[in-house]
Amino acid sequence: VAYSSDSPPPAPPRPVVVTGMGMVSPMGRDVAENAAAFRAGRMAFSPVTLFDVSRQRVGTAGQVDLPEMPPDAAIPRRAWERMDRGSRMALLAAREALADAGLSGGEMPVIIGTSAAAMPIGEDYYKQALTTTAARGLQLRRVELYQAQRQMTDLARVLRLEGPQRIISNACASGANAIGHAFHLVRSGRAERVLAGGYDALCQLVFSGFDALQALSPSGIPRPFDAARDGLALGEGAGFVLVESAAAAKARGARVIAEILGYGAATDVHHLTQPHPMGDAALITMQSACEMAGLSPEQIGYINSHGTGTPLNDIAEGNAILRWAGEAVGKIRVSSTKSATGHLLGGAGAVESVISLIALERQFLPASLNVREADAVCSFDLVREPRDAEIRRVLTNSFGFGGANATLIFGKEGAA
Amino acid sequence: MSIAITGTGAVSPAGWGVEAMMAALASGKTIPPSFIERSCGEKTLRSPVLRVPAEGATTPKFARLRRTSPISKFAAAAAAEALGETRLAEIAAGTRRVGVIFTLTNGCVNYSNRFFGEALADPAMASPILFPETVFNAPSSHLSAMIGSSAPNDTLIGDSSGFFSGMDLAVEWILRGEVDGCLVVSAEETDWLSAEGLRHYSENYLPAEGAAAIYLEAADGPVRILELPDPVALSTNSRERAAEKIRALLSPTDDGRTLLIDGRTGVTRFDQPETLAWSDWKGPRSSPRAVLGEGMGVAAALQTVAAVAELLSGNFQQAAVTTTGANQHAAGVLLGRV
Repeated sequence: VAYSSDSPPPAPPRPVVVTGMGMVSPMGRDVAENAAAFRAGRMAFSPVTLFDVSRQRVGTAGQVDLPEMPPDAAIPRRAWERMDRGSRMALLAAREALADAGLSGGEMPVIIGTSAAAMPIGEDYYKQALTTTAARGLQLRRVELYQAQRQMTDLARVLRLEGPQRIISNACASGANAIGHAFHLVRSGRAERVLAGGYDALCQLVFSGFDALQALSPSGIPRPFDAARDGLALGEGAGFVLVESAAAAKARGARVIAEILGYGAATDVHHLTQPHPMGDAALITMQSACEMAGLSPEQIGYINSHGTGTPLNDIAEGNAILRWAGEAVGKIRVSSTKSATGHLLGGAGAVESVISLIALERQFLPASLNVREADAVCSFDLVREPRDAEIRRVLTNSFGFGGANATLIFGKEGAA
Repeated sequence: MSIAITGTGAVSPAGWGVEAMMAALASGKTIPPSFIERSCGEKTLRSPVLRVPAEGATTPKFARLRRTSPISKFAAAAAAEALGETRLAEIAAGTRRVGVIFTLTNGCVNYSNRFFGEALADPAMASPILFPETVFNAPSSHLSAMIGSSAPNDTLIGDSSGFFSGMDLAVEWILRGEVDGCLVVSAEETDWLSAEGLRHYSENYLPAEGAAAIYLEAADGPVRILELPDPVALSTNSRERAAEKIRALLSPTDDGRTLLIDGRTGVTRFDQPETLAWSDWKGPRSSPRAVLGEGMGVAAALQTVAAVAELLSGNFQQAAVTTTGANQHAAGVLLGRV
């Protein structure tokens, strides 16, 4: 991916495909478990056991059932012990994506999105630093392992991946941005294949932060697009995809899960934590992704929305979808799978990309659960129960603190 | 297509602005530290740090900056200096589309420290104003809002090599025609948490803070990017091997007209890879971190700004800027004066 002033001009864009996917979420530890859970319309919220929530307003979240020991002998125990909870999930999902693509390591850039990174290790460091100056060796280890790039270096080492690493931290759009970056690297010919994804684990600082903002649903049950929705639920997880040029995938006989047809990114400068009420930046990203894909809104079979369940987000996104789709909006099928998993923050965009790929591959629509009465902003077809459907193209939205907005479009092979 | 650096800005322990930093580097003397003290049990812990001098008047006036921690103010000042008034006016008028790429290692440690302290003491009293500022991309968001740009904005986290990854991404956006130009900014702030954390590696480190910004666009000069190689990952290379590879990829000519600006800090153990990789370099050489302290994420950005200033001074034809990060990459860039 290097630049030199002597480099030839950029090559024309070329087709890009996904040849592998992996996923860990509160619904399951691989793609098959997650697919079954989404098809069945399950959700996964439980009392938080990872840290003390006794003095918080809310005490539930979507938690991953993650083993303390490596799940198999292929992951060295020492490497597993050095990893924080989020990186362990990232490792499992990344490994699944590589295996799904029929690869075991190799030379490729790795692009990862995360928001909290290894914060639980930082929290341990902080708590100890407040009370004692002893155990300097342990504290040094924590300082080192707290750093996201150290965790990703270890991940790349375990997976035997050679190549530059890029860690994107655009809050809740990070995972989608990571896949978008990978798409551009491959599309422009700067890389043949890229491993891309996102992750975040639950941690006390972030949980306390959302609680302090009163952004969490007091009931612990998020109801995206419900007229009386009262907040989001947090979750944790990781999603990864192997992004590859169509030519490279064909040359090695790889299974093509989907094409990546378009990507849009824009910045909402309205407010640090609140989207523009009319969804201005979301409109830009949906329009630019569609323009890149050469598609009109009515050609999109399903939108996996950002859909957090907060009053402000869902209004902004609903307005953006209406402005984007125009008269076709009634035919646009939309759901928020955060109603089942919770909000996975930096991992959300990547995990929801994998959910979109599952929907595309298995031809069903995952649901927005827990909706009692749809909000008036829902001019679209809100999918309230999982159902079989013929889908050729899927769009997924991700929006984050700071105004990071991203849209990705995936299509079945030949759907461009 | 040629990509040039056409604007720079810096905030460093030497002061606000590129000029103040270059004057400090010219002196070659390490800036005297101040000390952060705190109590821990019966002990008083004292960490030397190189802080940015308080000169608030130079911070751009923008409402969202009022509540931010120093990192955002540093970044805003460096960005405004790099862009200059004409470009800022063009962005505001909608005639120049500018992307923002922000690179950092630590981020908003002051507010993270305060917020988590409050959350541990009593979650019900933890400030909702502090929390959003703890997010890695908060400073970057403030920059886009300050210049009024809805163009893409990405925050990259990594070791001190991250700034070169940010430059690479900026080049990608410009080549693709996604933006007219791109601001690549890095900033860090210090407090006891980050200062003590760094000094766990070596008591000889001088933790520092600051910001640096460059503006990149398609142009022939005055300072062009000649080589911006892929960073060499430490996942499959030792730091020594990675530093050697970066030198080979940059291949600067050691003819006395090329300035080497390396990432050495004065802490021998950590400097060793670059010391070895460039041991036969006979040309002029500068190690800004030995003067400005270890700024972590911002260090390589300040090095790059210094390289541009040296080239513009006319004393050198090319400048090789390198860093061997702690735990991610070795990286660098070769710049040339037109």
